[in-house]
Amino acid sequence: MRVKIFVLLKEGVLDPQGNAIERSLHTLGYGEVQNVRVGKYLELNVDAPSRAVAELRVREMCDKLLANTVIEDYRFEINSES
Amino acid sequence: MRWGVITFPGSCDDQDVFDSLKLELRQKVKFLWHKDELAGNYYCIVLPGGFSYGDYLRCGAMARFSPIMQGVVKFARSGGLVLGICNGFQILCESGLLPGALMRNAGLQFVCQPVHLRTEETDTPFTGGLKKGQLLQMPIKHGEGCYYADPRTLERLHKNRQILLRYVDAKGRPAATANPNGSLENIAGICNEKRNVFGLMPHPEVACSRILGSEDGVKIFTSIAAACADRAKSHG
Repeated sequence: MRVKIFVLLKEGVLDPQGNAIERSLHTLGYGEVQNVRVGKYLELNVDAPSRAVAELRVREMCDKLLANTVIEDYRFEINSES
Repeated sequence: MRWGVITFPGSCDDQDVFDSLKLELRQKVKFLWHKDELAGNYYCIVLPGGFSYGDYLRCGAMARFSPIMQGVVKFARSGGLVLGICNGFQILCESGLLPGALMRNAGLQFVCQPVHLRTEETDTPFTGGLKKGQLLQMPIKHGEGCYYADPRTLERLHKNRQILLRYVDAKGRPAATANPNGSLENIAGICNEKRNVFGLMPHPEVACSRILGSEDGVKIFTSIAAACADRAKSHG
């Protein structure tokens, strides 16, 4: 199964990179842009007997390593076809 | 009894910590390799600065899974003294030995400069030789030193008086302009509730001789050595 994981700073946690990018976009004339947040995107393959098991395992991986839950939220998508 | 200084792949301040302890403070020191188990008796384990495991994923995120860190966590839980400097502080936060997290500097730039620090608490083994409010000068050099904690954690830090050092101006005021990296409440160093684990972004190991511009780092190391001598005495 192919898993796509998205890690993003929690709401309310200052994102200086996002702010800098937002300012640059404004400078380029994209004044309509607001609330830019920069995160991480990971893809990985998981061998699991079922989707439920894969979900459980991936959640564990995120909590233990892939995200720092003090400052980051995560979500993931599992494609069981691939 | 001696000091242990851990070398992770990518550590770069391990030799400076070692040299300051050995040459300036005449202490017994041993290097510890990240792949080894923690064995033997130590005063204090130091996690030095650098870029352990290339700072992959997040600073300190990988180092906490190294074999030596399993021993360090046990050592800390049993009351042993652990000092994390810069990347070491990041590793301690990632390991859950200290609360909160260190994030990208608010100004996005790597900062490398001397800073003024104010001693906030002295009833710890790391600051016992200092006076409350005492000003220190040490360098910082980091890209990810912006301390963050959620409001509940911050409240606990206040209640238990775990904030040991703050960035201040030359007059000792924790002004916004004296905050080099956007850290919450100008926090430069904190300890855990049991007061045996201390993490700080500034570098005491390169502030141990006059030729380097400051000897204030010595006061942190001698505080630790004195606390350990006291402990040894009281345990017979």
